Amino acid sequence: MSEPATGTSTVWRPRLSPKARLRWDEVEKRYMLVFPEAALMLNETAPEILKLCDGEHTVEGIVDSLIVRFVGIDREAIKEDVVGFLGRIKARGLLEA
Amino acid sequence: MGAPRPYTLVAELTYKCPLKCLYCSNPVNFHEMRNELSTEQWVRTFSEAADLGVVQLHLSGGEPVVRKDLPELIRHARSLDLYTNLITGGTLLNGEKLQLFRDCGLEHIQLSLQDTDGKTAELVAGARSYDKKLDVARLIKQVGFPLTINVVLHRLNIDHVPALIAQAADLGAQRLELANTQYHAWAQENQSSLMPTRAQLDRAEGVVLEARPRYQGTMEIAYVKADYYSDYPKPCMGGWARNYMVIIPTGEVLPCHAAHVIPGLHFDSVRDRSLTTIWAESQGLNAFRGDGWMQEPCRSCPKKTFDFGGCRCQAFLLAGDAAATDPVCSLSPRHDIIRAAIAKAEQGNGSLIYRDPKNSERLSTRPLAPASR
Repeated sequence: MSEPATGTSTVWRPRLSPKARLRWDEVEKRYMLVFPEAALMLNETAPEILKLCDGEHTVEGIVDSLIVRFVGIDREAIKEDVVGFLGRIKARGLLEA
Repeated sequence: MGAPRPYTLVAELTYKCPLKCLYCSNPVNFHEMRNELSTEQWVRTFSEAADLGVVQLHLSGGEPVVRKDLPELIRHARSLDLYTNLITGGTLLNGEKLQLFRDCGLEHIQLSLQDTDGKTAELVAGARSYDKKLDVARLIKQVGFPLTINVVLHRLNIDHVPALIAQAADLGAQRLELANTQYHAWAQENQSSLMPTRAQLDRAEGVVLEARPRYQGTMEIAYVKADYYSDYPKPCMGGWARNYMVIIPTGEVLPCHAAHVIPGLHFDSVRDRSLTTIWAESQGLNAFRGDGWMQEPCRSCPKKTFDFGGCRCQAFLLAGDAAATDPVCSLSPRHDIIRAAIAKAEQGNGSLIYRDPKNSERLSTRPLAPASR
């Protein structure tokens, strides 16, 4: 799986769009990503990825910081999940273009 | 079964508005409803809404910027962690106010535009507003807000959809809502002037479908279909009093903007009872929850879990029975009403009745007979 095109840089440093906000949901006791007119309920891993979408971390860097949480899981498998998730929320306009 | 979790609260802070849009969704008798909730009442209501599980707060109107306490209301909403959106016509905004709202924590602005053509835009809004709105759109971006542009579509502007898309992208909107007019309230009064033809709608839909992939990831283009021309009704509000509530300026809690047109329903006000109690126990909110109220052809229809039988207000306004199948549905025994409205629309021009206090007063005194109109 390839990373989405970045335009200006060869190394993609994803940043959450200013219209989207990570929010703890007290009713369901989990994180949700809120943005105009909608919200995504998140699993346990997604908030950890999104907290690192700050324009500083590269995708490799995000994978590195996740890998310590998933002992015994192949790095490539984690990367595939991260890239897939970022691709989906980028297509919805939730990462800065 | 307990009441479902509400996610969205539309807080209509006031019916005052400097614009007089022909399609306004505020009730025709808005001039009789001037007793607005106080700051304290809204503050308490927002807190109760957050406790119920509401995530999205839309500050709307009328023109919500009219309210002097808007900064305080925004601050309180953000202290409750509500995703806070301002729905505005824009004409009362300036850089100073926008910066203040930003500092209070406002997260998003939805600005209405009427058309790319200034003359038609102002004909529809009933007031000078076109240049000001475009200036305000640019200021909104300068101050740093994410921007949604909302355009209500009708016969006079629907042919400009290509230009509307280009204009929204040019203004830096991250979302464009192209919403066909819903024929309630003022839009119902002006229906024969506003209804587009089938050919117009087909062209506009084609343009939207073609444009979407080009803007994917930068500008979302939402398109609300014209339900008169659909085979099946829209899933109105995602179901009656399911995930969505509207609180009108006087404090009554409704499932949508229009539900007070339906006779026999009682909607409680947050002045008298807590929002928590109202959401669970209101006679009006419970009237069309679930599917126990449905008649045929809805009752045995496999689509009922998707479209909930369509719009209750439209069923009342057109078929005279709020529990009937939405006449928009091709399976409705009263679908002839829709065919007749379309035929009338295709012939064209009716009168233009502007949404202003004078017309509101005049129309409020007329005997109510929606089904025969």
